[in-house]
Amino acid sequence: MKILVPVKRVIDYNAKPRLKPDGSGVDLSNVKMSLNPFDEIAVEEAVRLKEKGVAAEVIVLSVGPAKAVEVLRTALAMGADRAIHVQSDEAVEPLAVAKILKAVAGEEQPGLIILGKQAIDDDCNQTGQMLAGLMGRPQGTFASQVVVDGDSVLVTREIDGGLETVKLALPAIVTTDLRLNEPRYASLPNIMKAKSKPLATRTPADLGVDVTPRLATVKVAEPPVRGAGIKVADADALAAKLKDMGVA
Amino acid sequence: MEYDVVIVGGGPAGLSAAIRLKQQDAGIRVCVLEKGSEIGAHILSGAVVDPRALDELIPDWRERDCPLAAVPVTDNRHWFLTKNGKFSVPHWLTPGWMHNKGTYTGSLGNLCRWLAAQAEELGVEIFPGFAAAEMLYDEHGAVRGVATGDMGVGRDGQPKDDYQPGMELHARYTLFAEGARGHLTKQVIAHHALDAASQPQVYGLGLKELWDIAPHKHQPGLVIHTQGWPLSDAYGGGFLYHQADGQVALGFVVGLGYRNPHLSPFGEFQRWKQHPEIRRCLEGGKRISYGARVINEGGWQSVPKLTFPGGALVGCAAGFVNVPRIKGSHTAMKSGMLAAEAAAAALSAGRGGDALDGYEAALRSSWVAKELRMVRNVQPLIARFGAILGTALAGVEMWMRTLGMGLPYTLAHHSDRGLSRKDAARPITYPAPDGVISFDRLSSVFVSNTNHEEDQPVHLHLADPALPIDRNLPLYGEPARLYCPAGVYEVTGQEEGDPRFVINPQNCLHCKTCDIKDPAANITWVTPEGGGGPNYPNM
Repeated sequence: MKILVPVKRVIDYNAKPRLKPDGSGVDLSNVKMSLNPFDEIAVEEAVRLKEKGVAAEVIVLSVGPAKAVEVLRTALAMGADRAIHVQSDEAVEPLAVAKILKAVAGEEQPGLIILGKQAIDDDCNQTGQMLAGLMGRPQGTFASQVVVDGDSVLVTREIDGGLETVKLALPAIVTTDLRLNEPRYASLPNIMKAKSKPLATRTPADLGVDVTPRLATVKVAEPPVRGAGIKVADADALAAKLKDMGVA
Repeated sequence: MEYDVVIVGGGPAGLSAAIRLKQQDAGIRVCVLEKGSEIGAHILSGAVVDPRALDELIPDWRERDCPLAAVPVTDNRHWFLTKNGKFSVPHWLTPGWMHNKGTYTGSLGNLCRWLAAQAEELGVEIFPGFAAAEMLYDEHGAVRGVATGDMGVGRDGQPKDDYQPGMELHARYTLFAEGARGHLTKQVIAHHALDAASQPQVYGLGLKELWDIAPHKHQPGLVIHTQGWPLSDAYGGGFLYHQADGQVALGFVVGLGYRNPHLSPFGEFQRWKQHPEIRRCLEGGKRISYGARVINEGGWQSVPKLTFPGGALVGCAAGFVNVPRIKGSHTAMKSGMLAAEAAAAALSAGRGGDALDGYEAALRSSWVAKELRMVRNVQPLIARFGAILGTALAGVEMWMRTLGMGLPYTLAHHSDRGLSRKDAARPITYPAPDGVISFDRLSSVFVSNTNHEEDQPVHLHLADPALPIDRNLPLYGEPARLYCPAGVYEVTGQEEGDPRFVINPQNCLHCKTCDIKDPAANITWVTPEGGGGPNYPNM
């Protein structure tokens, strides 16, 4: 069985996003970028399934500019076998990414597609679900455990108030939550090896996908600055304050 | 893994060495280790860069999208600040080489990102996120490479689930390009007694912020240096550079030879920004980033022996900063290039594991040596005679040497370590930050994008864990609380009569001040897990 893992290059989780002075978006010039953390968990899960003998090959794919190759190399260093880079210099929306993934899945016929539940830059949380809809295949989202059992997969989902386990017929789509696993460090020898692993370059056009944006960004604004707090002397004073504010 | 040359540190010196090696012979296998999460992540500098070395390394750099080319220095000012005013020091008072003609202002981190791309094009293997943690010696005592640190070790020293052991990287020559006060450089200098014939190295702590300022105040190419206010117990000064994209890089350097334990370099920097002349520029703007790093100030007389069997020191690991010009990138790069040329010649002669004497000789007869000899007495004069008289004497000294009339004397340095007892020194109180122009340490560390894996051994080692409370607190008020620009060190529980010394290693900016300034040399900085530390953008 092949596993396809789509990954995205995003602003690093340690970097503080800063708006461009004209308010058109987040300033990414010379800001550290890295593999989306949820996608890293997806790569780790796929590599573990390969190490267990469940999967035969792990293919990673990224849609993005030339530098998206960096996160593909990271994924290859973690243990993926080969990579596909779908080059696009423009931002690609989740629906278009899902269509690209559907086209690639048509060529590669993976038994499992594991995605991060969302990218930490736009927090859309849509691509996996849209892909399942477009392909007409079952989905197990927010996975905290994935067990492949013959021609089906058991996915434990993190839902409000607890865990839910669903059984999906393969091929299926799984999106990862934070607690699924702890991704490994890529070792130096594996980073070296990753440089010579195969990496194919495609374009949305040759996959027959139109990536023209359907959404217009109206405004990007920073969250409002939180006002300073006040100290109250004791519990009675607190209760009185809350009453004044009409919340108690 | 086997290489011809392993370079420890991906800054200007290390990357220039890597590029020069490949230019000499594309077949040389070169690897660069960098502890930052990416190239540039730990680079902090003003910067006004003299392109002399870059012109020699990559002559067409201006045509190759090098970010440094964006803003040539067009206006150079030198202010002497009083509490509320300023005197401009006229140009004719200083020699021509002090005027920043032909220099560029920009982010040294971005220059390094660009140099790394050039190096990778030439086939250099660059590994960011991997810290060189340990020296490797062969049976004859020659350096034979370094080992990277283990990853995935818990705070208790035990391996975690994601444990990844360090790797040995072997090389015929290892170049140490760790920057000022590198932790392996420190070991190698001690091991081979490289500093036996040189003066002690002395340092300054540089603090820097990057601001978006109001567009109508922005004058790209204007660079300003200040002396004087607010410093009275230390020597140092400020800088304010108008760079690209409506941004201003500003900062403050405090010589670490100060003796007053109540002094806080961070506090001096924040206070300096409130000077009317500086504040005027910042009002209506927004701070984007913050960082700190020590800088070598010892100059030529503190440069140690550069070579030892199997390796050499390049850049600020050796210490080639020109103090009055406040520049060291060009000399760092040149030293890396000279070491690379010597290493390439040695490799082609089939050598390895011996001392690169050719580098030592080339450096000592290069323009780096000429430039540093000219200014060798400036720092000690200011350190001894203070900002006003010292600067005047240093000015005379620089003119004499520029005119070829310098006397053949070299002043010595005093170690940075000593501090006065706290009750024998003038108390200093710093104004509370206003949150608009001046800030506290923690909100500053926040914008340095600093992160360390929390569950790992503490990377700040105390030789005697009891000393901070038993000795440093009663004698000096535990100066680590004040000299650390990142709030790593705290003393808690003093009011309850149960003082405790607390280390917050996750805040560490890797500036190395604590390794230099603890009065008993009780703190040793070692490298934390690779990839940790600040993530400076455009710094």
